[in-house]
Amino acid sequence: MTERYVMSIDQGTTSTRCILFDHGGRLVSVAQREHRQHFPRPGWVEHDPVEIWRNLERIAPEALAQAGVTARQVAAVGIANQRETTVLWDRITGVPIGRAIVWQDTRTSALVDELGRGPGASIVPERSGLPLATYFSAPRIRWTLDHTPGLRERAERGEVLFGTMESWLIWNLSGGPDGGVHVTDVTNASRTLLMDLRTLAWDDGLLSFFDVPRAMLPEIRSSTETYGTARRVFPGVRIGAALGDQQAALFGQTCFAPGETKCTYGTGAFLLMNTGTTPVRSGNGLLTTVGYKIGDEDAVYALEGSIAVTGALVQWFRDGLGLIGTAPEIETLARSVDDNGGCYIVPAFSGLFAPHWRGEARGIIVGLTSYITKNHLARAVLEATGWQTREVVDAMNRDSGLSLRELKADGGMTSDNLLMQIVADVLNVPVERPMVVETVSLGAAYAAGLAVGYWADLEGLRRNWHRAARWVPAMDTRRRDAEYDNWRRAVERTFGWIRPGEDGDGTAPA
Amino acid sequence: MPGPVQSIERAAAILRLLAASPGRLGAGEIAGSLGLARGTAHGILRTLELVGFVERDEATGKYQLGAALLHLGTSYLDVNELRSRAINWADALASRSGEAVRIGTLLDGRVLVVHHVFRPDDSLQAMDVGTLLPLHATALGKVLLAHDAHAAASVRDAVLEPYCRRTVTDHKELGRALARVRDNGWASEVEELSIGEAAVAAPIRGHGGLVVGAIGVSGAVERVCDARRVPVPALVAYVRDAARAVSRDLGGTRW
Repeated sequence: MTERYVMSIDQGTTSTRCILFDHGGRLVSVAQREHRQHFPRPGWVEHDPVEIWRNLERIAPEALAQAGVTARQVAAVGIANQRETTVLWDRITGVPIGRAIVWQDTRTSALVDELGRGPGASIVPERSGLPLATYFSAPRIRWTLDHTPGLRERAERGEVLFGTMESWLIWNLSGGPDGGVHVTDVTNASRTLLMDLRTLAWDDGLLSFFDVPRAMLPEIRSSTETYGTARRVFPGVRIGAALGDQQAALFGQTCFAPGETKCTYGTGAFLLMNTGTTPVRSGNGLLTTVGYKIGDEDAVYALEGSIAVTGALVQWFRDGLGLIGTAPEIETLARSVDDNGGCYIVPAFSGLFAPHWRGEARGIIVGLTSYITKNHLARAVLEATGWQTREVVDAMNRDSGLSLRELKADGGMTSDNLLMQIVADVLNVPVERPMVVETVSLGAAYAAGLAVGYWADLEGLRRNWHRAARWVPAMDTRRRDAEYDNWRRAVERTFGWIRPGEDGDGTAPA
Repeated sequence: MPGPVQSIERAAAILRLLAASPGRLGAGEIAGSLGLARGTAHGILRTLELVGFVERDEATGKYQLGAALLHLGTSYLDVNELRSRAINWADALASRSGEAVRIGTLLDGRVLVVHHVFRPDDSLQAMDVGTLLPLHATALGKVLLAHDAHAAASVRDAVLEPYCRRTVTDHKELGRALARVRDNGWASEVEELSIGEAAVAAPIRGHGGLVVGAIGVSGAVERVCDARRVPVPALVAYVRDAARAVSRDLGGTRW
């Protein structure tokens, strides 16, 4: 019998990747392509959905060819995607309405302020489990409807479709204008602000609060079930799963039991804790979200601590400042000094996410003296990720009443040994990384394989998990406390930078 | 003896031209100055860009000398960059082989461990990234020695310290072992560093085939080797596949 595989598509913030996995959950081949980041104005971040689709059309055959595999040997395809990024497109032509508005985009801040002051705003956290913030999709849909003449009428007639990236890709894979299925999964739907977290259905109250027509919304489905069969790219292959990337990582780390927690380090960092089949409300700035839903089983919920900027700070160090040629070189620079020299960087590039949720905060570098070199800055860049993780872990411990005893870390930044040591040091718990750092892709593959019976059950997946590395804390308690205190003072200095009525770039609108 | 290679002469001329120029030059200007067809100049420039010897400005499309030229004398590939590019394949190798994986580079006559993946049995293991290992008594070291004339020469003048009864301490024998490594494309070590342990390693290559490191597995001799104390062919194949996959990602496509 010829060997069969599962294909995962990770449609991320900076690139799209196809990874083929075998039955042991081992990576067989990888193909990847970056897409362009459009920054048309300060605070605006856009992607071209057509470019992303074309990238997928290109890399999918590459991943198959690398492994010498045909589409017939692919048991299922699963999708993990950047969450909250909003795509609108024409149902008839398949052409997007402008570019996708990315999760980091803050153009809706004035709209969100206005909505927040309006009557009935309290239903947003009550029903969706999320704060009313620019981070999520609904304000972006509303903004586009408000700023595109005639679009609302077309949306009401069902001629214009909304989706996050997984919806866009599934619709195109399953035929596009020619019979494409318009679906989303519960994890992605839970990030729109339009879904009731308990009923897992679009909520009329929320739809009318944001004034979003129901006709443009995809059907909400489970995270693992066959949505349809691909007619393009992987003809004949079943599309068996979709999850938001962070939920996919939770799944890939096999955090299937309540209390199990993982942190994925990429552009941003996201700590998710499985809380079982009941949603837990946070009193400490964490988000209540859907973790996953397997077929007809009850949904599993999660608490999430979202950090907007971690790897993105290293990218800025590389592209914005030009101090390194490649991201991993940050470790080389940072290792050349013993400490940060008294310098702290708080990367509140588009405000601060968990646990602060301060949209008006902006980034700072404090503690600058003539002693500081680029090496100290590199160290401060890595430490910023460590301390931001600490703040979220503290909030998670308070909300859950448990104290984290070990952190399961994954994502591209876990190849940075110094960073992982810093995280272990500032959390004062061991940090471990699983054998597959690409847990986002692995989670999408696991979910898709489960949907089609390629893997039998969750226990089988658990047995695939192995520890690849472990870092133990080695920092003096007094030093840790003193550094944390400095970090918190630095964070306070970012607050209130953007004044009410100002645009994201700090200037008053004309 | 074969004659001079024309494209290398032309590449050298392009580098000299860029070095002498106060500002960036366009492909057309370079082709004009050297009397080359535009397509020829373009092909050479693209290759030089690939290896980092020239850089192309995004906005203007013009060329200047690349940063890699300035660092020719120092390390070719940042070790943290190497780890980041290799991590997926090192994980897959550990998972397939069931053994611990290490990646090593040369540092002052020793093997520097730049990456370590635990043996996938979830037993307690300690990270040994940053550890230095002897060149002549490890599979990683033999791979590095076999492909670096300078390191091999420095070892020739040194005493080969015995770690076990089977450690290769004779220079001639080591020379023959290194020749086999070059012929076979992989190296092994059976109870040469510590009793009961064996290892297999293969070279990681970058652009042009330059060896930038070695990747290998190590573990109990009864798992790594067969009854004749020869490394199990399947294990050797896993190691070589992983080395090739990393090399492909680094631009060493032919290997």
